[in-house]
Amino acid sequence: MPSAMLYDRLQFAFTATFHYLFPQLTMGLALLLLYFWSRALASGDDHYHQVARFWTKIFALSFAFGVVTGIPLEFEFGTNWAKFSNFAGGVIGQTLAMEGMFAFFLESSFLGILLFGEKRCGQLMQWFAALMLFLGSWLSGYFILATNAWMQHPVAYTVAPDGRLFVDSLFGLLTNPWLFWQFTHNMTAAVLTASSLMAALGAFYLLSGQHAAHARTYLRTGVVVGTIAAALMGFPTGHGSARQVFEHQPIKGAAFEGLFKTERGVGLLLIGQPNIETMTIDNPLIIPDALSVVVYDELYAEVKGLDAFPRENWPDNLPLLYYSYHVMVGLGTILVSVMGLALLWLWRGRLFTANWLLWLLMLSAPLPYIATTAGWMTAEIGRQPWLIYGLLRTSDGASPLVHSGNALFTLLGFLGIYLVLGLLFLFLIAETIRHGPSGHSVSSGPA
Amino acid sequence: MMETFWYCAVTLLLAVYAVLDGFDFGLGIVYRFVARTEADRRTTLASIGPIWNGNEVWLISAGGLLFFAFPKAYAAGFSGFYLALIIVLWLLIARGLALELRSHLDHTLWRQFWDVAFTGASTLLALVFGAALGNLIRGVPLNHDGYFFAALWTDFMTGPDPGILDWFTILMGVTSATILAFHGANYLAMKTEGQLRGQARRAAWLSGSVVAVLVGLALIAVPFVQSSFRLNYAAHPIGYTFPFLGMAALVTALELRRRSCDAGAFYATSLLILTMLASTAWGSYPNILIATNDPANSLTVTNATAGTYGMQAGLWWFPIGFSLIVAYQVCAHRAFRGKVRP
Repeated sequence: MPSAMLYDRLQFAFTATFHYLFPQLTMGLALLLLYFWSRALASGDDHYHQVARFWTKIFALSFAFGVVTGIPLEFEFGTNWAKFSNFAGGVIGQTLAMEGMFAFFLESSFLGILLFGEKRCGQLMQWFAALMLFLGSWLSGYFILATNAWMQHPVAYTVAPDGRLFVDSLFGLLTNPWLFWQFTHNMTAAVLTASSLMAALGAFYLLSGQHAAHARTYLRTGVVVGTIAAALMGFPTGHGSARQVFEHQPIKGAAFEGLFKTERGVGLLLIGQPNIETMTIDNPLIIPDALSVVVYDELYAEVKGLDAFPRENWPDNLPLLYYSYHVMVGLGTILVSVMGLALLWLWRGRLFTANWLLWLLMLSAPLPYIATTAGWMTAEIGRQPWLIYGLLRTSDGASPLVHSGNALFTLLGFLGIYLVLGLLFLFLIAETIRHGPSGHSVSSGPA
Repeated sequence: MMETFWYCAVTLLLAVYAVLDGFDFGLGIVYRFVARTEADRRTTLASIGPIWNGNEVWLISAGGLLFFAFPKAYAAGFSGFYLALIIVLWLLIARGLALELRSHLDHTLWRQFWDVAFTGASTLLALVFGAALGNLIRGVPLNHDGYFFAALWTDFMTGPDPGILDWFTILMGVTSATILAFHGANYLAMKTEGQLRGQARRAAWLSGSVVAVLVGLALIAVPFVQSSFRLNYAAHPIGYTFPFLGMAALVTALELRRRSCDAGAFYATSLLILTMLASTAWGSYPNILIATNDPANSLTVTNATAGTYGMQAGLWWFPIGFSLIVAYQVCAHRAFRGKVRP
């Protein structure tokens, strides 16, 4: 691989991965915020007002980092992937332009009102701003996923005489069949991230004997919503996503399951390390016939292995793809169990005193972040060697005149700046948590 | 026809961006000199706190619309200005964080750090955006495939193989930064009272005087650097409306400034920025990226287009989307109209 290509890929992978740590929280939290602001409006209860305001503050912090790290991604389509932009801009330009017009303005205009407008605009306007914020952030997710879905499963395009692609049905692009499972799976994951964080913070406050009333609200909301989300992650959204991969991208499916050879009655590999040299799995732990059943509802269904496909179409980093997928599924399973357990204890009225379970909830906070990142790595590494599945190879998409010296310079710059950003975010979140929901921190006013 | 419509739409979004985020930048440039006390600084920042982010979205939308309508120009331009654009991104990060994070910690050093970051990033961004405009006017060395890669600087001359920075683009950068400082100071004067307003008025008057000189120089330089602009205006003299309107706006701004009419001066500088960009677009049309080496390599509204169906499909959502964003923006700006209440 020429080194400029390597740096282009690393830079996009790194900046996109880092960016998505923030929107996954804000998109999920937007839903929970709408719930809290609605409760506050309906009950006029000061407690829910405080809860809503506190989580709006956390939302705003994560949103700010999401905005500043999101802008580079739109620029990078052009700066680093000029040939791809030129080739496919006639299609994905639609969804990216629509995201700007329909989603970003909604979010940014109404976040200002939600944060600073309480005195000026009144409660009903606050609630309306929360609604618009939810709408904006989910629309943003929809449009960007429509873009990615098209790269995974290109539809609704024609090839122009000069070889470039143009959209031929806007409706077809926006209702890409790939999008349904991708959107539901991804947005549920965002809700899971937000509710896990909420439950974890509730557990932290209870365990440390602070803000007990708030802690209970966070735990109740986080655990109930989190259990629903965690369950939906597996079935039907995860299941649907996996089936659609096996239907349309069978190489990706074979690679992330670690299936080297085409077989009938294939087992589901729980753990094990893929050995690329011998094309086998070391130390496998397998549930017999399970993969055939999960994918095709049939005990002896044939599942195509990597050997069924030409090697130049294999994803170029098989082990990483395999681990990403297994980490996602593994952590998903753990999260369902923890959340389910917590819900059971909540229902029995014992959650708030079960310290071991509160510890478990608290320590689980990072897991949805890791699972979501691993899930996106599965989708994107699995799409390789294609940039647009079946149409444009990644090696043909980069900017022709950006050489490796420039690309490495900016990659290093991003690494350094984002390290600082990450530390800043953690520090400020810790400060916000330390001040707590009822504390009068300096950040309550504008500027 | 369709291509021309989208050319105008992208220009409009960019021009509105320049006006709205322009006062954020301008305010950033004068910020540390105008607001000397902590209370004044808070008031200054509060005047843009709830709205700066929405203002910045116009840039993202303009970029998105350029990508949608003229993907080839987007690809060529963004990869060609690679280093400059990535530096813009880093500066946007610094400015955004400065505005959002300054209030999060009650410590003098923390606030001092973000104050410097805010002023520094705002000043550099204003310079770079002005230089970018200069590059669009002067042109870039496009090859036959429609790509180029511009060095940050070469010999600082506007020859066939220029860098991003040369004497002309630097002149444009300094001119833009000064115009934005004038614009931002007018905005601040409009939004505040008392001593802070007095300081803002002084900064506005100072930068306004420099603007008058620089705009004069830029107007002489543009036709000298880019002859195709001269031809465009000669062929369609109605286009002179824009630069003349711009001149009128500048004179009005200075006169209203002299009379201490803050809001009027702010609207006049807004008009100045709008007409400045409209003049550039008029002179450049139908080129989006002008080639310095061979006019045949220029990327135009026809050879960089996204195809007929796509552009027509855009007509379904653009009017709706545009009406909505105007509505949101009016809503957001109205919610925080009038003087800043500390």
